[in-house]
Amino acid sequence: MYTRKNKKITFIDAINESIHLEMLRNKKLITFGLGVNDPKRIFGSTKGLVERFGSERVFDVPTSENALTGIGLGLSLGGNSVLMTHQRLDFFLLAFDQLINSISKWNYMFDGNSGTVNITIRLIVGRGWGQGPTHSQNLQSVFSHFPGLRVIIPTTPHDAKGLLTSSLRDPNPVIFLEHRWLHNSEGYVPKNNYLINLEKSKILKRGKDISIITTSYMTAEIKNIYKKLKDQNIDFEHIDLICCKPLDTKSIISSVKKTGRVIILDTGFKTNSISSEIITLINEKCFKNLKHRPVRITAPDIPEPTSYGLTKFYYHNSDQILNKILSIFNKKINKLKLKDTIHHDIPGTWFKGPF
Amino acid sequence: MATFTGLSLNQKLKIFQICSLIRHVETEISTRYSSGKMRCPVHLSIGQEGVPAALSLLLNKKDFAVSTHRAHAHYISKGGSIKRMIAEIYGKSTGCSGGRGGSMHLTDKKKGFMGSSSIVGNSIPLGVGLGLSLKLKKSKNLSIIYLGDGAVETGAFFESINFSILKKLPVIFICENNLYSVYTSIKDRQPKNRKIYKMVSGLGIKSHYFDGSKPFSFFKKLEKIVKQTRQKSEPCFIEFSTYRYLEHCGPFNDDNLRYRPKKELDKWNKKDPYINLKSILEKNIKLKNRIKDIEKKNIKTVNSAFLFAEKSKFPTKRDLEKNVYKKK
Repeated sequence: MYTRKNKKITFIDAINESIHLEMLRNKKLITFGLGVNDPKRIFGSTKGLVERFGSERVFDVPTSENALTGIGLGLSLGGNSVLMTHQRLDFFLLAFDQLINSISKWNYMFDGNSGTVNITIRLIVGRGWGQGPTHSQNLQSVFSHFPGLRVIIPTTPHDAKGLLTSSLRDPNPVIFLEHRWLHNSEGYVPKNNYLINLEKSKILKRGKDISIITTSYMTAEIKNIYKKLKDQNIDFEHIDLICCKPLDTKSIISSVKKTGRVIILDTGFKTNSISSEIITLINEKCFKNLKHRPVRITAPDIPEPTSYGLTKFYYHNSDQILNKILSIFNKKINKLKLKDTIHHDIPGTWFKGPF
Repeated sequence: MATFTGLSLNQKLKIFQICSLIRHVETEISTRYSSGKMRCPVHLSIGQEGVPAALSLLLNKKDFAVSTHRAHAHYISKGGSIKRMIAEIYGKSTGCSGGRGGSMHLTDKKKGFMGSSSIVGNSIPLGVGLGLSLKLKKSKNLSIIYLGDGAVETGAFFESINFSILKKLPVIFICENNLYSVYTSIKDRQPKNRKIYKMVSGLGIKSHYFDGSKPFSFFKKLEKIVKQTRQKSEPCFIEFSTYRYLEHCGPFNDDNLRYRPKKELDKWNKKDPYINLKSILEKNIKLKNRIKDIEKKNIKTVNSAFLFAEKSKFPTKRDLEKNVYKKK
């Protein structure tokens, strides 16, 4: 199936490959952001770019998030393709005027008459190791409020590469969210570039008992308990949402119509969120098919604290997630101890901080 | 008239032609506004025609321009279709933005007028990005960024100036200082005795100041600045003093509100660029007929634009969702 036999690459390398191949193919593609050319190269995702494509196309920037976003729009209207990167999503909040008042509605506001809005904005989301209130916000729901934006969250190296490539070729602005804890995950990835539909969620596993709909790192959390769920004879369907905006309503509705049960796992805050939206959608479109009330697991409506002592209570661990699903079937397992993680605030031993 | 040396008669007439065209378009909007067919806010440029009129001679359609909520004059000076602008204000499907943007969101890509924005300071980075795209193409074209005195108070402005200097971009920031942000005087917004152009020059950008109501006086200097910016690919900032004669938003005079001192109004009313250019040119009796012809032609252009807008159709329900997402 893959041209690169027996070779797994990381999520970060998949992102890096996509950018390399796309910059090679599209001479108009420009990439910039704070740190793209620094010694660490945005966790390695921009390595080799400036050496290969030169400092006119790959450049570091002043800490001017708002203007830089508008400059990206100007570049795009002037005929370029644009990839911007922010090492933490939270800093990008400074750019909301440009994002919301201009970029999201530029195609609509000028009826498509003012050039192409070919802009992708990579935003990296942190978790644990004391990332705290302003380095860990999963704001996919916020971005998804605005018509005209695409909000994409890949969860595997394969999807990261394909979705980024598709984003870089799309005539609409894309918010491309990368969860830091997925950066080191590995997977088989085709060597060449390829496209993935930006409006289609991915059905990772088919089943008839329950629809498990996940975003971002929660997709990985569910994959970790596949076996346990199977051991409990639960024939689950697993949908990785991938696109938060526009939402692939068809996939959600047809799955829940079939299973009659649903749990949504999202990394964002609870109120007015993607999970709220999906439950509303289900109530509107397949209320009669429900055998159990919709259930969700989200971040609480509390900023992520910094303390190691507090984050222990902030996130749901695999045991809690499994038991929440089992409760839908009136089942419960005590003392599962699924995860032998040494510490709750790191994704694996590869993560040594600081961010 | 030593200050006008160097301007050819043709240049003077051309400047007047654009100035008069803008004045007639804006006056017609003001006159007809109460009929209720232009159902969107309008920020008229009456009194501020001098700067765009002069610039229109110095730019070509491959130069970019972006503007603000008060964009009509800039759009017209860049050669933007007046028919499509009036149709846009009427909300018709033939409008330059398909009736989605209205008066504050104008575009004519063929003429290099890439957009305008209602949010103060918002279009400044856009113009800088367009400048960068020109630089990457090694083009000799320019990006013109119109802004007002209010925009100078935004963060986007400082971020944009910094970036344009850093990257040596072919960008000209045109600041039309009309002293007011809506009803709030610059005295309540910026420190006493500040000269905007001097402050900006401190950031490391070439900076100039002219009386925006006297295009014949500043034209040759402006011509030189534009030429240098093209050659050197270096940004510059120009502050022009200007004054709007009507209310911030809407078709009427609002001097009854008394937010502008009588002395100030009297001073600026005497500086009306349209009246003054016309009277300067009409001093030469031989030109009287040419002036008349220019005005006649402009009035005809304006009338046919309104007729076009009146006759055009509204977008239909089918158009409502179009271009929320652009198809490939």
